[in-house]
Amino acid sequence: MNASSPSPRKLRVATVSLAGCFGCHMSLLDIDERLFDLVERVDFDRSPLTDIKTVGEHDRCDIGLVEGGLCNAENVEVLRAFRARCTVLVAVGACAITGGLPALRNHLDVGDIMQSVYGRVPDDPELPLPLNRVLPIHEVVRIDHALPGCPPPADAFWQLLQDLMAGRTPVPAPGLIRYD
Amino acid sequence: MSAVDPTFDLDGQPVALQPGDTILSAAARAGLDIPHLCWSEEVSGSASCRLCTVLAEGRPVAACVTPAVAGQKVECRTPSLATQRLRLLQMLFVEGNHFCPGCEKSGNCLLQVQAERAGMTDLNFEVLNPERPVDASHPDVLFEPNRCILCQLCVRASDEIDGKRVFAIGGHGIATRLLIDSPSGRLGDSALSVDDRAAHICPVGALLPKRVGFAVPIGQRRFDTEDTRG
Ligand code: SF4
Ligand code: SF4
Ligand code: FES
Repeated sequence: MNASSPSPRKLRVATVSLAGCFGCHMSLLDIDERLFDLVERVDFDRSPLTDIKTVGEHDRCDIGLVEGGLCNAENVEVLRAFRARCTVLVAVGACAITGGLPALRNHLDVGDIMQSVYGRVPDDPELPLPLNRVLPIHEVVRIDHALPGCPPPADAFWQLLQDLMAGRTPVPAPGLIRYD
Repeated sequence: MSAVDPTFDLDGQPVALQPGDTILSAAARAGLDIPHLCWSEEVSGSASCRLCTVLAEGRPVAACVTPAVAGQKVECRTPSLATQRLRLLQMLFVEGNHFCPGCEKSGNCLLQVQAERAGMTDLNFEVLNPERPVDASHPDVLFEPNRCILCQLCVRASDEIDGKRVFAIGGHGIATRLLIDSPSGRLGDSALSVDDRAAHICPVGALLPKRVGFAVPIGQRRFDTEDTRG
């Protein structure tokens, strides 16, 4: 074995779905066999793909991918922890970038919505408090990059990850920017 | 007529011009794209969106209403104009309520494709989420003001092509909105017919003929390409 060239440190990648539908995560998995390449080069931190509960628990996380906007207080807490522990934070998909379809409720009163859906305002202490508006994540934390699409195409995920792994500023190829 | 057509220079390319040409109309005829939203060759110019801003001999002008001048040097693809176009598009997105994933116009929308071409990945600004009630009162045409970018194409088409003057722009600043000439202010009580050009000229999903929203499936629309739909 050639001892003079140690393999580069694996990057840590965390992912989370806030007020999202997991469609962006499904699109990430759609990179298919390129996933084998990916796991050679990264370790997954907190993510629906692992069972890690807190991002960056043992170490800083290099890349955080955030799907979904902010619809409740728990979303805000998780997002702030991601921002604090992740070196590069990427807003992934229409909901993280614009609020997305959940933000269709922004014209309605939250109390009225609860009343008409549940017949009362649920008050279980386990339930996170809803925000009065669904927010895109850049209104609460600084984001470094955004990957648009509903969901972003698998090729857009792959390009973003490759750029970040190579230390380049990600610039989506023409055709990979979609908003639907 | 001289033997050689007069030309002007657009980003280093000679563009032939004819009498009455604006910078944008001459470029469009030559197949050169100057990003625009409120321009259509069917109606007069209004210079309302300013996306077509170019530098003519270093001076910023709206290409859709500025006469083309032989020998002039016009710049469109400069880094600072690109940034300006991006910011303008981001402002248009946050000033309305644009839910592209649920919009019938997606894939046929000029605002969407201009933003994609400008490389827009985020909104940059705070999302305003203005409150604008939908007007579905017309039997054949939907007015969805949440997507209206105040380009005035419908205003000009109704006036100049249909001879009806159904639309006007009213209000100021952020409260500017499209007005409808009818006793109730609603589209259903106006003289608009689905056969009018004004019912079809909207570059975004704000004025839409009803019941044809998804007649052309996503993936086979005007701005869909093999690149984007796989
Ligand atoms: S009008 Fe265009 S930009 Fe607005 S939501 Fe519809 S497709 Fe998107
Ligand atoms: S309804 Fe459409 S055509 Fe009319 S001003 Fe609004 S965006 Fe322009
Ligand atoms: S296209 Fe020229 S100002 Fe809108």
